[in-house]
Amino acid sequence: MVPTSHYLFLSAALFTIGVIGVLTRRNLIVVLMSIELIFNAVNINLIAFARQLASVDGHVFAIFVITDAAAEAAVGLGILIAFFRNRETINADEIDLLKW
Amino acid sequence: MTQVLEALRPYLLPAARVVIAFLGLSLIAAAMIWIERKVLAHLQVRLGPMRVGPHGLLQPIADVVKLLLKEDIVPAGADRFIFLYAPVISVVAAFTPFALVPFASNDIAPDVNVGILLLIGISSLGIFGIILGGWASNSHYPLLGALRSTAQLVSYEVALGFAIVSVLLLSNTLSLRGIVEKQAELGIWFVFLQPVAFFILFVASLAETNRNPFDLPEAESELVAGFHTEYSGFRFSLFFMAEYTAMALASCVATMLFLGGWQRPFASIRALDFLDFGLPLLIFGLATVWFVKEIFHAVSPTHRAVLVVFAGLAAGLTGSLFVPGVMEAIGGVFWFLLKVFAFLFVFIWFRGTFPRYRFDQLMRLGWHFMIPVAIANVIFCALGLILAQRPGWNLEGGVWAGNAATLLVAILLAGRRRYERVV
Amino acid sequence: MTFYQASFYFFAAVAVASALLVVTRRNPVHSAISLIVTLLSVAGLYLQLQAEFLAAVQIILYIGGVMVLFLFVILLVRLEVTVRQEPFNRQLWIAGFAALVLLAELGVAFYLARGGFSLPAAPPTALQPNTELIGRTLYQNYLLPFEIASLLLLVAMMGAVIMAKQR
Repeated sequence: MVPTSHYLFLSAALFTIGVIGVLTRRNLIVVLMSIELIFNAVNINLIAFARQLASVDGHVFAIFVITDAAAEAAVGLGILIAFFRNRETINADEIDLLKW
Repeated sequence: MTQVLEALRPYLLPAARVVIAFLGLSLIAAAMIWIERKVLAHLQVRLGPMRVGPHGLLQPIADVVKLLLKEDIVPAGADRFIFLYAPVISVVAAFTPFALVPFASNDIAPDVNVGILLLIGISSLGIFGIILGGWASNSHYPLLGALRSTAQLVSYEVALGFAIVSVLLLSNTLSLRGIVEKQAELGIWFVFLQPVAFFILFVASLAETNRNPFDLPEAESELVAGFHTEYSGFRFSLFFMAEYTAMALASCVATMLFLGGWQRPFASIRALDFLDFGLPLLIFGLATVWFVKEIFHAVSPTHRAVLVVFAGLAAGLTGSLFVPGVMEAIGGVFWFLLKVFAFLFVFIWFRGTFPRYRFDQLMRLGWHFMIPVAIANVIFCALGLILAQRPGWNLEGGVWAGNAATLLVAILLAGRRRYERVV
Repeated sequence: MTFYQASFYFFAAVAVASALLVVTRRNPVHSAISLIVTLLSVAGLYLQLQAEFLAAVQIILYIGGVMVLFLFVILLVRLEVTVRQEPFNRQLWIAGFAALVLLAELGVAFYLARGGFSLPAAPPTALQPNTELIGRTLYQNYLLPFEIASLLLLVAMMGAVIMAKQR
């Protein structure tokens, strides 16, 4: 039986890697993918506690998180496509104007 | 040494099943090469391969040897690692779900609680083989073919999922063994309770496996050859094998969900019990008689030798039916495989019959017809099940009332006049 | 070391390794493939946590849906040829250091509180039948969030279609 704290350490590690990806990558696609990593870290956390407390509330919450992640990925990629069509770049360092 | 064997003992039987399933699937894929060419030929009133073995029976061997000996080309500028391993993804995604498929009631396949979900999920991972193969070829036609194929697969996956949900409403369980046993318990196959869902599942499986009439992404007159344009030799044969195995998987899913899996048709009528023994005997016996007859018409000594071998195999199969205990052991598998091969024949039949859908027609069919009808089917099936609880209604009555409503919706949707934009 | 524990370490190692690959690869297609491997190993972890329904949902939705969307956008808009540039921005070292501080904080917090997580473990069959329990909970206790989630998906779908349309 693997203790729950092991799963929490793994979740923290994935979360941190996702945060590094969001903060340091220039390519907006990779930033969006790192956000997906963060969602997965949260899900592992929820399911590990659901198993320990023997309740499926954690599973239901995780389903909502997955739903949210899918919606957010779709909208984020839509914005990215619209932006790329206008500005021909997805380099986060070059997208620094609020209005042009 | 004996300790190692004792430790391995629980894994021996599953390992044997894995090996048998893998070899059997490869044999089916190889046999499909011959079956497809022969059936297509006879549909088009010609003979098909006749030279390689008697009646072209050794054609699969010739095809496989040819593909293995071809030059292995990797296009310039292609991402080498992904180009080499994209077909592997397709093959793995096609073969892995067979670990979950129960071929008979005494099959040792694990009875996973969410069997059908995992099966659909793993088989849908084949999309990545197509996308990555098309992208890694560093060429326009494969990329376009891959993107079109992916759009088609993703669209028809939704309809496939809804068709499966209608079956799940009736069976109350996601496990594959449970679905088949529920059909045995109800005494009626789900194809008679949910024919619309069966139709949608079959059409969606045609689209999922890139078969005619949905084979635009790999048609030779369209995009050269779609996503596998740049592939030759062994890697092409991997894509090929993945496609045939995906067809077999779709047939297995349709068999388990709608046709009662390993059960004999009319399993509850005792008078037809002779079919349990009679039909395999008939099929293998006729095969033996035909092979023996052909020996006398053989064109060359090699053909004669091959026919003698095949006649011996068929006679051995027929004889083994008389050995006590064999019939009970393989009875379920026989009926399952019979239904799977019937579906594969229908797949080939459709290929020889229908013209191809244009891509926009294909997408419109998927989104504007299949998905609304599938959703309507789920809603009306659920309403029908509620109706079936009332006094005076039984299960079949309630479900068929729901089916009538769904058919009405389908007819209304199919009858819409679509005015093409003249631009 | 039972098979159960070994599988946890295997899936955890693969998940962390491929997550590191996601944030360090220059080519976004390689990042996407690494993310697929990460999601597959997370699905394996869910199977190990007796959450088989969620494992299947993860494979179908996340890998078969979201990642196909990502790859589609990368390939359709030909993004992989426009970004042969410097992968990391100016804040690499500061952000990396801050993230490591965050990881250390979380690690210390979990380590100090590890006694609190040692509640008696539930029997392995406590969450069975998984699908039925989730279905009941979703439709009886969490019906309102379920309906709101479907509205959210509808709005997201409309927004994505409108934003990606050709003008």
